[in-house]
Amino acid sequence: MFFRLVWGGIARRRWRALLTLFTMLLGVSLATAILNVMLDVGDKFNRELRTYGANLRVVPRSAAFLADFYGLEEGEGVTDKYLREDELPRLKTIFWAYNIVDFAPLLTTPVVLEGVDQPVTAVGTWFNQTLSLPTGDTVTTGVQGLKSWWSLKGAWPGEAASDPAGVALGESLARRLRLSPGESLVLTGQDGVRRTLPVTGVFLAGGREDGQIYVPLALAQAMAGKTGLVEEVEVSALTTPENDLARRAAQSPASLSAKEWETWYCTAYISSIAYQIEEVLTDARAKPVLAVAEAEGKILGKVELLLTLLAILALVASALALANLVTAGVMERRVEIGILKAIGAGDLGVISLVVAEVLLAGGVGGGLGYLLGIGLSDLIGQSVFGASISPHPAVIPLVLVLVFLVSVVGTLPAIRLLLRLNPREVLHGR
Amino acid sequence: MAILELQSVSMDYGGVKALSEVNLTVAPGEWLAIMGPSGSGKTTLMNIIGCLDQATSGRVFLDAEEISQLSRRQLTAIRRDRIGLIFQQFHLVSHLTALENVMLAQYYHSLPDQDEAMAALERVGLGGRYRHLPGQLSGGEQQRVCIARALINCPDLILADEPTGNLDQANEEIVLAILRQLHQAGGTIVMVTHALEVGQEANRIIQLEHGRVTEGKRHRHHT
Ligand SMILES: Nc1ncnc2c1ncn2[C@@H]1O[C@H](COP(=O)(O)OP(=O)(O)O)[C@@H](O)[C@H]1O
Ligand SMILES: [Mg+2]
Repeated sequence: MFFRLVWGGIARRRWRALLTLFTMLLGVSLATAILNVMLDVGDKFNRELRTYGANLRVVPRSAAFLADFYGLEEGEGVTDKYLREDELPRLKTIFWAYNIVDFAPLLTTPVVLEGVDQPVTAVGTWFNQTLSLPTGDTVTTGVQGLKSWWSLKGAWPGEAASDPAGVALGESLARRLRLSPGESLVLTGQDGVRRTLPVTGVFLAGGREDGQIYVPLALAQAMAGKTGLVEEVEVSALTTPENDLARRAAQSPASLSAKEWETWYCTAYISSIAYQIEEVLTDARAKPVLAVAEAEGKILGKVELLLTLLAILALVASALALANLVTAGVMERRVEIGILKAIGAGDLGVISLVVAEVLLAGGVGGGLGYLLGIGLSDLIGQSVFGASISPHPAVIPLVLVLVFLVSVVGTLPAIRLLLRLNPREVLHGR
Repeated sequence: MAILELQSVSMDYGGVKALSEVNLTVAPGEWLAIMGPSGSGKTTLMNIIGCLDQATSGRVFLDAEEISQLSRRQLTAIRRDRIGLIFQQFHLVSHLTALENVMLAQYYHSLPDQDEAMAALERVGLGGRYRHLPGQLSGGEQQRVCIARALINCPDLILADEPTGNLDQANEEIVLAILRQLHQAGGTIVMVTHALEVGQEANRIIQLEHGRVTEGKRHRHHT
């Protein structure tokens, strides 16, 4: 009998039932999508941000010491301030090797350009270097990947031994020299050798690099007389957002218990990746680029806040819409409900009718909404991050709780109406 | 002993005195007709007797039990267990069949019993129409379903507010015949009407005017 009443009520007003279902479906699918994206966004976002440059700098230990204590970045009195180029492939052998997205060594040396009074900084680096790893694999890395957001006219210099050496000019320097890709320039390094080199490309970085010359590492080493040495390595690594453990470890890894240490080491915190880099490079100090790491954390926090607000909004909106629909439904059926009350239905009897209807809409709409939400989150993942977002099991109980909350909130006004509805008033057409 | 007794019952709707100082006694098995012009308080009186409303003052007894002070929930229980309501507008649930409408009263009372509900429909001459929705029935037929529903739980008191007000002559006769039969079987009926020939079917007529009982007279069909 009960089901006949519920079902009859639904079948009688198919449109309203469909709308109720649709409201549920919309709210739940949005919430599911947002929750799914949120649980995945840290990872996706990180990967995305990794296309915007290095978040780790590796420098020689003594240089780091001088920089930390005396604010010296370069200058006299620093003898041992180089890293060894031949050790760099080891970066791809650490525990979190796969999280190292790109890296490039840097060696700076002053050069004198024909037609320019002051010396200009030449930066020796890898542009698109293929490395053979100790494991037998090969990887390609360098400025091209690390600085993918720089805009480049022309091409990066080739760096294979067979390639003719070339240089890339920063935008402002190129403008000063009135040079464009395809022309050549004459420069003299520390070694006193005068070289005529083709300009392969002009790049715009938006920083001090725009006034510098980028040259293949080997050329810089030759000009500076520093064969096989580099000053610094910039590393872009995928990291897990810092937490308490990571912060304690960053201050002093020795303070961790063995188990904590293990957890820390096997999590891709920026501090544990830095630690692992220091393990494989001689006398190296790996330092997080704090500004970047912090900004990333903040942006991530803001994005998550925004998503949470959106999810709440979606649910509030669907609860309101539901409340409206259910209340209007009760208004429409007030005579019927008055009849039921008159012939002896108690408060619970009539409330359960409405609750059953909402639960049905919640169950079906929620179920469909969940499926739609999974599809939606994948769509968001594909269009925003270019990678799919898989359904997160933790979302299911969350969605269940949310459906319940939305249903309760959405039904309350209608229940109030039901309780107040006096059969006397509807039965005599007043 | 009276099955229903009202002692100086008054009803005040925010200044409008719908009933004032009404005294009334109904004996078991009696058929009472309440008559009077529109707005005289007939429906108000029926609502108070039918536990759909409570008087502003005065006392109401049903089977010697005072009901004027009961809670809404207790009134619902009395309506469900002891009163059968028949309305001028029939008030069937439009998406349930005739049979289901009768079973609905059983459902809230105790347990739906299809055979019993079927028998009730047969008694009002609608055995063949049990699968029809109210919209597929004529007014007279709908009223008969309503009567079947009112009677299904064997109420102590039948209340009918203008039961024939929306019916034509022929259907009025059918409905009156059913009420007559019910009365003969010992049922107690309180009926509102403003058609004298309908009122004369009852044992007794009382006249309401401006919320007061102005005249009560015995009629034929003494029991
Ligand atoms: N809910 C109500 N609120 C205000 N006034 C009411 C209400 N119900 C009835 N009345 C008034 O009480 C008087 C009696 O109404 P009613 O009992 O419906 O009369 P009848 O059924 O005899 O036509 C009328 O004046 C009517 O306007
Ligand atoms: Mg009336």
